[in-house]
Amino acid sequence: MKLDSKIPEGTLQERWTRYRSTVPLVSPANKRKMEIIVVGTGLAGASAAASLAELGYKVKAFCFQDSPRRAHSIAAQGGINAAKNYQNDGDSVYRLFYDTIKGGDYRAREANVHRLAEVSASIIDQCVAQGVPFARDYGGMLDNRSFGGTQVSRTFYARGQTGQQLLLGAYSALNRQIAKKQVTMYSRHEMVELVTVDGKAKGIIAKNLVTGELERHSAHAVVLASGGYGNVFYLSTNAMGSNVTAAWKAHRHGALFGNPCFTQIHPTCLPQSGEYQSKLTLMSESLRNDGRVWVPAIKEDALAVREGRLKAGDIPEDRRDYYLERKYPAFGNLVPRDVASRAAKEVCDAGHGVAPTGLAVFLDFEDSIRRLGRNTISARYGNLFEMYEKITGDNPYETPMKIYPAVHYTMGGLWVDYDLMTTVPGLYAIGEANFSDHGANRLGASALMQGLADGYFVLPYTIGSYLSSEIRHAAPSTEDPAFVEAEQRALAYQQKILGIQGRRSPESFHRELGKIMWEYCGMARSRDGLTHALGLIDQLHKDFWSDVRVSGTLASFNPELDKAQRVADFIELGRLMVCDALAREESCGGHFRVEHQTPEGEALRHDDNFAYVAAWEYTGALNEPVMHREDLVFEAAHPTQRSYK
Amino acid sequence: MSPIKLFLLSSNGRKTVMALTGLFLILFLVVHLAGNLQLLVPDQGRSFNEYSHFMSHSLLIQTVSKLNFAFIILHVLYSLWLTKQANAARPVGYQGRPAKEMTTWSSRNMGILGTLVLAFLLVHLKGFWFELKFGEVPVVLYPGAEESLPDAFRVVSEAYANPMYALFYVLSMVAVGFHLYHGFQSAFHTLGLSNYRYKPMIRTVGTLFAVAVPALFALIPVVMYLQKAGY
Amino acid sequence: MESTSLNLRLQVWRQPSTQASGKFETYELPSVPVHASFLEMLDLLNEQLITEGREPVAFDHDCREGICGMCSLYINGRAHGPQQGTTTCQLHMRHFEDGETITIEPFRAKAFPVVRDLVVNRSAFDRIQQAGGYITVNTGNAPDGNAVPIPKTDADEAFAAAACIGCGACVAACKNASAMLFVSAKVSQYALLPQGQPEHRERVLSMVQAMDEEGFGHCTNTGACEAECPKGISVENIARLNRSYLGAQFSGGGHAAGGGSSMA
Repeated sequence: MKLDSKIPEGTLQERWTRYRSTVPLVSPANKRKMEIIVVGTGLAGASAAASLAELGYKVKAFCFQDSPRRAHSIAAQGGINAAKNYQNDGDSVYRLFYDTIKGGDYRAREANVHRLAEVSASIIDQCVAQGVPFARDYGGMLDNRSFGGTQVSRTFYARGQTGQQLLLGAYSALNRQIAKKQVTMYSRHEMVELVTVDGKAKGIIAKNLVTGELERHSAHAVVLASGGYGNVFYLSTNAMGSNVTAAWKAHRHGALFGNPCFTQIHPTCLPQSGEYQSKLTLMSESLRNDGRVWVPAIKEDALAVREGRLKAGDIPEDRRDYYLERKYPAFGNLVPRDVASRAAKEVCDAGHGVAPTGLAVFLDFEDSIRRLGRNTISARYGNLFEMYEKITGDNPYETPMKIYPAVHYTMGGLWVDYDLMTTVPGLYAIGEANFSDHGANRLGASALMQGLADGYFVLPYTIGSYLSSEIRHAAPSTEDPAFVEAEQRALAYQQKILGIQGRRSPESFHRELGKIMWEYCGMARSRDGLTHALGLIDQLHKDFWSDVRVSGTLASFNPELDKAQRVADFIELGRLMVCDALAREESCGGHFRVEHQTPEGEALRHDDNFAYVAAWEYTGALNEPVMHREDLVFEAAHPTQRSYK
Repeated sequence: MSPIKLFLLSSNGRKTVMALTGLFLILFLVVHLAGNLQLLVPDQGRSFNEYSHFMSHSLLIQTVSKLNFAFIILHVLYSLWLTKQANAARPVGYQGRPAKEMTTWSSRNMGILGTLVLAFLLVHLKGFWFELKFGEVPVVLYPGAEESLPDAFRVVSEAYANPMYALFYVLSMVAVGFHLYHGFQSAFHTLGLSNYRYKPMIRTVGTLFAVAVPALFALIPVVMYLQKAGY
Repeated sequence: MESTSLNLRLQVWRQPSTQASGKFETYELPSVPVHASFLEMLDLLNEQLITEGREPVAFDHDCREGICGMCSLYINGRAHGPQQGTTTCQLHMRHFEDGETITIEPFRAKAFPVVRDLVVNRSAFDRIQQAGGYITVNTGNAPDGNAVPIPKTDADEAFAAAACIGCGACVAACKNASAMLFVSAKVSQYALLPQGQPEHRERVLSMVQAMDEEGFGHCTNTGACEAECPKGISVENIARLNRSYLGAQFSGGGHAAGGGSSMA
C-alpha cells in the first residue's frame, strides 16, 4: 500500500487557500441527496455534524452517551489556542504553527498543522457568535492567558470549563440542525461495524444500547469523531465510556492506524488510592506555577510517610528533594508535561514515592502561601483546592497535595491524509480520533482547537472533494449484502462474547490490560519490557476469549456486554501500541525509550531514521501488523533538540 | 392557538395568574386588617359599624369585593389545576427521606396551607359575611347619629366569646402566616420582579408581612375574647 | 482511629425495563473503602453481583469528574446524595457511616422514564434545547470575536448560567418535577449576551412551550433545585425567565409554535 497524504501543491502558506479555491464542490441540489454519518458528538463530531447539515447534507449523528452534550470534550479545563494576537505580543499563524510542530517533537505533518493554525482564529469568532461565554477583561474584550509554557498569550478560556462551554456551543449548533431535521440524532448508540461496498465506506452497523438491537445505517460517507483511546490504560483521565471500538472496527476494515504508541501523560493528576479506583482526575497544570514538587530525599522517610508514621510537615527542608528544581534549574517546576511526568516516575521507582501505593509526589504550596498569602492562593486555585479536598479529604492549604502522572490524551489515531480521509475511501477521521496534528506530544489548549478546526472549518471543505465524485451513486440500500454480512459479523462477535460464560468480569480484564500497558508502554519503555508485554497481552487475549463472563442477553440494555466488546478491542489495540513502541527505536515527545536518551537522561530523537509516521495495517488479532511509512518532510520548521536545563 | 390562550395554558402563564391573584389578595388583607382593627377601638363598636356600613354601601368596594371573590376562586382553581399537573409530573414518588430538608416547610406545603386557609375562609364567610348580608342583624343607634346601624360589632364579639371559635381564628392565622411567608416572595419571583438586588428586600418585607398581618388579625379575637370574659 | 472501610446495606431500585414494574432490593456490601467514590462503591457491588451470577445494577455514569452530567441517583432522599455542590461521581464514601443503610433510587419524573434500574431517559432536556437553545449562526458567518465588547459582569453571569451540566438534579429534587432551573439557565445565558438578543423572545416562548409539552411540573419557587444543583445554578435565572416570558407577551410578533426562528 502506497500512502498518499495528498498534500496540495504550493508553499506552506498558500496551500490551504489554494485548496479551498480549487477543491471540487457539490451543488446544493446534490447536497440534499447526500447522507453523511458522523460517529461521536464531541467537539469534532458535533461541530462537523452541525456544519455539514448547515451546508445542506443529510446527517445522521451517533453517540453512546444519553445525550450528545456529554461527550468527553466537556471535561477539558484549560482553554483553546488561537493565533489572534489580541494581546499584541507577537503571535502569528506561523508562530502557532511552529510551536505546534516543535511541541510535537517534529513528528507531525507540516501542511496539516499550518492549516490548523490558519483556521484557529475563525474558531474563536464562531464560538463567540454562538454565545460561548469566554472570559473577558473589564473593557469587554476577550481575555487570554499563557498556557503550557508558551511565550505568547493565545489561550482563550471560560474559567476552568472551556471544553464544556465550547462543546455546549457545538451542541447548540447541532440542536438547531436536529430541530430542522437536517440531522437525525441517535444517542445511546454505538458503532459496532463499518460497512464498505466496493472498498468504499458506505455505512455502519450501530447498536442501540437500550434495546440491544443492531441497526443498519447507510450513507455516502462516514466520519469517525470517536475520540481517543487513553482508556487502554484502564486508569486515565478519560471518561469511563471513552473507547476505541469505532476506530478499531475501521482499522480492522482496512483503515491504517497512525503512531498508536504516542500517548500523552499528564503530570498533575490525583494518584490512585486503591484497587477499586475507576478513573484518575486531572488537576490543572497551572498548579505548577505556584506549587513546588518534592519527595523525601531519604527512602526511610518516604516509607514512613507511606505507612502514615510521618507527615510531610515533619520532614525538614534538608531532607527534601525538590527534584525538578534540582534537575532542571532553568525551568524548574514548569518543565513540559512529558519531562515532569517521567521525573515523577523515576523518583517513585527509586522508592521515594509518598502515597500508600508508593506512587505519588508532593505538590507543596507552603512557600507560596507564605510568600503571597492564603487569599492570593485561594483566588488563583480555590476551586482546584476544593475539588482536591472533595476527592481526597485532605486540605491542600495545610498539607501538600499528592499528585502522580496519568494518561490524558492520545496523539495517535487513524491515519488520515490532508483531506482527513483514512485509507478507506469515504471514511474520515477527525479530532482526537485521527493522528494528524500533534505529532509525538500535544501542546496544552490545542486539543480543543484541533477538534473544532476539523469539524467547523476543514472537513466541510475537504469532504466535498470525495462526495463530488459520488454524486452519481445513491446511498446503498441497507439490504445490500454488505450490510447483511456486516450485521451478521457484529452479531456473531457479541454472541461469541456472551457464549463464553467464564469466571472473570470484563472489568477485571480491562484492569489487567491497563496494568500491562502502564508498566511497559507508559512513561518509559524498553525493548525488554515491550517484548515481555507482547507475551502478556497475547495471553490476556486468550484468557479473555475463554474466561470472560457476561450475564444478561443480547436484546436488552446490557452495559456489561458493551463493556466487554470495548475491552476486547482495547486488548487488540494495546498489542498494536506495543508493536509500534517497539518499532520506534528513538525517544520523542510522549514516547520515551530508555535505550535512546542523552547522557543527561533526556529524550533522544533519531531524525535520520524515524522522521516518519508509522501507519499500521491490521492483519488479524494476534498476527504481526504491517507498518507503512509516511515520511515527514520539514520545509519550514527544522528539527532541533529540546532542552529545558 | 392565540398567544393569550397559549400564555394562559402554559405553566408560566398559570403561575402568573396565581401570583397576580395572590398579590391582589395580599393587598386585600391589608385593607381588611385596617378595617378590622377598628374592632379594638373602645367605642362600643361605633367605628367598626360605621366602617362596615360604608363598605357595604360603596359601589367601588362592592365591585372590588366581587373581584376579590373571583380572584379567590381563580386562585383556588388554578392551584388545583397546577397541582394536578405536578402530581402527574411524578407518578412514582421517592422512598428515601433526606436527613436535612433543603427548603422551607411552607414552600413545600402550600397546598395544605392553602386548603386550611380556604376552610377558614368558608367558616369565616359563613359566620360573618353571610350573617351580615342575609342574617338577622341587630341594629344599634349611637348617640348623635341620625340613623341606626346594623350592629356588626355585636355579631363579631358574640362569636369571639366562644373560646373555641377564637382559638380557631388564631390557629387559622398561623396557617395564613405560613402561606404568606412563601407566597409573598414567590409571587414576586414568578412575576420576574426578583433579582439579586431586590431579593433580600422582598424576602425581608415578605417575612415581616407574613408575621405582622396574621398576628394583628389574630390579636382581635384574643382581645375581644378577653374583654368579653371580663379580663 | 478512623475506620478505613465500611459495611453497608444498600436498598437499590431494580426495574428491568421502562414497561416493567420495579421494586427495591437489599444488598449487603462489606469492606467498602472510605476513599472510594459512590460510583466505585456501585462498581464493587456489581463485581459482587456478577461473581454471584446475578444481574448487575445499571446506572448512568461517564466522566466521573463532575462535568458531563451523565451520573444521577437519588441517594438517601437527596439528588446526588448528601453533599452540596457535588455530583454523585464526586461523592465519596467517607461521608457515610459504617453499618448505614443507603437508599438508592433513580431520578423520578414522568418526563424522565426509567430505562433500567437506576438509568433514566433524559432526552426531554435535549428536545427542550432543540426548541430554541441556540443562536442562529451558520459556520463561517461570525464577525470578529472582539467586534462587540461584552461587559465582564454580563460575560461572567452568562458563564455562571451556562455552567449547567444538564444532569436533571433540579427536576429530581423539585417536589413538582419542574424543569424551570434547567430551562432558565439556558435562556439566561443567551439573554445576558448581545448575541442572544435577536431571537430572545422566540427562544423564551418556544422553550417554555417545549418544557410544558414534555410533562414537567410547574415551578413553585421552593428553591430545592438551586439547593441540589451540583453546579450551584441560581434561581435568579428562573426569575429572569419569568420576566422574559411575561415580557414576551407584551412585545410584538406572533408566536411560531414549535421550533424557534431559523435562517434558511
